[in-house]
Amino acid sequence: MKLIFERSMPGRGCSILPPCDVPAADLTGFEREKELHLPEISENDISRHYTELAKQTHGVNDGFYPLGSCTMKYNPKVNEAAAAFPGFTGIHPLQPASTVQGCLEVLKQAEELLCEITGMDGMTFQPAAGAHGEFTGLLLIKAWHQSRGDSKRTKIIVPDSAHGTNPASAAMAGFTIVNIPSSPDGCVDLEALRKAVGEDTAGLMLTNPNTVGLFDKNITEITRIVHEAGGLCYYDGANLNAVMGIARPGDMGFDVMHLNLHKTFSTPHGGGGPGSGPCGCREFLIPFLPGPRITDENGQLSLHSPETSIGCVKEFYGNFLVVVKALTYILMLGKEGIPEAASNAVLNANYMMHGLSDLYDMAFEETCMHEFVMCLEKLKHETGASALDVAKTLLDYGIHPPTMYFPLIVHEALMIEPTETESRETLDEAIAVFREVYARARKDGEALHQSPSTTPIGRPDEVTAARKPVIRYQF
Amino acid sequence: MGRYVASTAAEQQEMLKAAGYASFDELFAGIPEHVRLHQGLRIPEGLSEMEALARMEELAEKNTVFRHIFRGAGAYAHYIPAAVKSITSKEEFLTAYTPYQAEISQGVLQSIFEFQTMVCDLTGLDAANASVYDGATAAAEATAMCQERKRHTVLVSATTNPEVLKVIQTYCFGSNTPFQVIPAAGGVTDSDALREALCEETACFYVQQPNYYGILEDYQSLSDAVHEKGAKFIMGSNPIALAAIKSPSEYGADVAVGEGQPLGMPLAFGGPYLGFMAASASMTRKLPGRIVGQTTDHDGNRAFVLTLQAREQHIRREKASSNICSNQALCALTAGVYLSVMGKEGLKEAALQCTAKAHYLQKALEEIGFSLRYRQPFFHEFVTTCPTDSSALMAALEKEGFLGGLPLENGEILWCTTEKNTKQEMDALVSICKEVCGK
Amino acid sequence: MTYPENLKYVKSHEWVKEEGDTVLIGITDYAQDALGDLVFVNLPEPGDEVTAGEPFADVESVKAVSDVFSPVTGIVKEINEELLDSPELINQAPYDAWFVRVEQITDEEDYMDAAAYEAFAKEEAEG
Repeated sequence: MKLIFERSMPGRGCSILPPCDVPAADLTGFEREKELHLPEISENDISRHYTELAKQTHGVNDGFYPLGSCTMKYNPKVNEAAAAFPGFTGIHPLQPASTVQGCLEVLKQAEELLCEITGMDGMTFQPAAGAHGEFTGLLLIKAWHQSRGDSKRTKIIVPDSAHGTNPASAAMAGFTIVNIPSSPDGCVDLEALRKAVGEDTAGLMLTNPNTVGLFDKNITEITRIVHEAGGLCYYDGANLNAVMGIARPGDMGFDVMHLNLHKTFSTPHGGGGPGSGPCGCREFLIPFLPGPRITDENGQLSLHSPETSIGCVKEFYGNFLVVVKALTYILMLGKEGIPEAASNAVLNANYMMHGLSDLYDMAFEETCMHEFVMCLEKLKHETGASALDVAKTLLDYGIHPPTMYFPLIVHEALMIEPTETESRETLDEAIAVFREVYARARKDGEALHQSPSTTPIGRPDEVTAARKPVIRYQF
Repeated sequence: MGRYVASTAAEQQEMLKAAGYASFDELFAGIPEHVRLHQGLRIPEGLSEMEALARMEELAEKNTVFRHIFRGAGAYAHYIPAAVKSITSKEEFLTAYTPYQAEISQGVLQSIFEFQTMVCDLTGLDAANASVYDGATAAAEATAMCQERKRHTVLVSATTNPEVLKVIQTYCFGSNTPFQVIPAAGGVTDSDALREALCEETACFYVQQPNYYGILEDYQSLSDAVHEKGAKFIMGSNPIALAAIKSPSEYGADVAVGEGQPLGMPLAFGGPYLGFMAASASMTRKLPGRIVGQTTDHDGNRAFVLTLQAREQHIRREKASSNICSNQALCALTAGVYLSVMGKEGLKEAALQCTAKAHYLQKALEEIGFSLRYRQPFFHEFVTTCPTDSSALMAALEKEGFLGGLPLENGEILWCTTEKNTKQEMDALVSICKEVCGK
Repeated sequence: MTYPENLKYVKSHEWVKEEGDTVLIGITDYAQDALGDLVFVNLPEPGDEVTAGEPFADVESVKAVSDVFSPVTGIVKEINEELLDSPELINQAPYDAWFVRVEQITDEEDYMDAAAYEAFAKEEAEG
């Protein structure tokens, strides 16, 4: 398919602006000399170009999307309707507080509701994504230790099952990373943790339920060990969808955390963003939160920045419209709807795991939370069909593949997260497809190397793409 | 009850049984009793869609939507062509995840490739990434890109937007990077102070184009000073302005970043916006985050993929250059559509109108006693003195539906115009100002 | 899989070739095969110190990055810049595609000769 630049014809274009109604300004000495190559195209052709691109993009609306650790649930349309109100879209971020009371109330309500859901005491919406929330939380940990003059706490403990963002965020926040191995049951190895903590421990980062889909049964022991060593506990909220309304990070002993509104709270991923990664914390960390905080004086809301704040991690107040969408979702679900979503996320995962466990090897056999991990090592060894081959074959059945090769502690991993918004029929159909692909792998594993065959392109040559990068069109 | 669970209560019971569980409680048996939330959440009961939307509308209506906006300072009220919202609302774009599966993501991958190309075109540089969170984080990431083994210190001009400056400073706090603000003189970077600060340990210098006060600085001399000392020169540019004014590459910038909000994104109380980043070819691999590359599939068809991934956090973990995972892909798409609709001529026209209107307004304000604070060339923002109390003036403007310029701490005002502001509107603004000052 | 007789090997799958009082270091045929198509290599700079048993470079495939360990302690005299543009040379001819030349060597790992390394690599492949 053509690039937009390949559709450009000199002299074409759209009619958008009226003629200028004031004299031209003089830009002598500053004028651009380098030629611009932006497209020159009619609106019809632009419209068709993007419609064609949309047709070659698989979203949640196009079919089952069991992408583990990403919580690809349905994105309610009412969220979009709320975020489109001119009373939100048309507001300048530097308007006087008296003219943005509705916006401030959105942030305040969202903060209160999410604090109750997580057991935290305060929250900032500045972080634009999960990794950004992690970075923010780690800066809070750093600032807190520094405020106590405890400068030797420079290490963050991260289990080997963690998302790559955890160690990367800790490094950006100036910490050194202590990786600890998981125990054979996929949970934190308490002995390894006890050995790792010490006077240099700034904190621990943990995902719970963890990345193999299990709730760590020792969770309060884990947070106790870290606290007793003088460290703080960071909760990676990537998997909160399994436990919201059922158990709270605050009650598990965590001090600081982030949420992914674009996972758990149904705001769309937009092909990679914008997300929103609010960072929540307990009372004693609130003075360090970045960005302005909202204060309420007799119902009049205003903004101010505490002196001890770490600063700002983003312009203004974060991805505000994403917060509007998440708030709409929380208002609709309410006190019963939140745990109901979690319960059904867990039910759907176990239903699907049960439907596959006689064929596929599960990395861990016990009841999973909202996602489960299959280990295709044996299948690969016996048939030649790898986790990648199985995933690519699913594309021919209109199913988005599960997360592949993660977590790193499971070989040939496929991680499946169905979410609560999928119906039983969808799950049954998906189970049937996974079973059929398994049967095909058993019959002729090598044949799956050619999959997919019905998609707009076949498997791309990623090696050449990386060796000789072509990352822009040459005019 | 507002919920999006597909199955009925009866179906759920059947599914539980099918999976071998007697109840939901049994399903959650793995969660220790003492961390279970027994009393339930203390939040209101769920609402129907109709009620929830009404509630949100009520909140939206508590805000004042100004008809006439003369405030910028990092967020700009440009005209957004109708096609932009229509195209970017397509559900496929809206609901897709990061395009890891290239075979079913060619659309979003190609849109990012096109965006990268447009960013390269505007900045004049060789390589661009798929976006970061906003202009401020783009600036902060750019300073991180320039870190070398013996060069760590980050220099930032005091003429930088304070929102951006704070974010760079916070990122430097994180990475324990020495950070220094180069003072301003007469509304522009004090180039003597810059020369004094530059040394063998300087990693980079960041300056904005136009700067916070709307001024076009002498970027060539700043660039030369920085390069003389072997440091990197980073420019934070307004993307619409770049259609009319010299691109960062023409000044020899090593990295160009900026806030992409002017390219079709609404003001939206500050977000979502768009950070764009471009660099010279030699720094390609130092760009953070996603990068889309062109290749072929096994039949030789052109194909697009996420490439150079081994730089990123999911592979390199603590050794990655950045932790960024999710970015602002839909906003990058928005910018791509905006730039296509405006086109080569349209974008330049928008840029020229922005600056023409700012100069018209500046002269009109000057005539009624608002003198230009800095006698420097400016683009579409400028600072004036205010003959009266600026908050009283703002209140009077507010009453008439005008969001005036941004009052600065010293009683001065930072004004902004875009192509949206008509002559009639500006004349009305000036006459209100005149009236208030005359009292 | 080849194991040239004129080279020395270490357990982390690097080879060493002595040339005067310097050594060339690269990765073995077995290593390049296990890593798959390499797309990039990060090299140190001339003048950098390398330490026996510690990583001094890394190699990237499309979906992984792996450290390359130094068999010796010394100072980098020269790097093979050709690899920066053409990492595929490591896959094509691993024993020509040297990464660095190291001088002022003060320490070295326990080396294996070609036969011992071949046996070691085969054992690892089966394990």
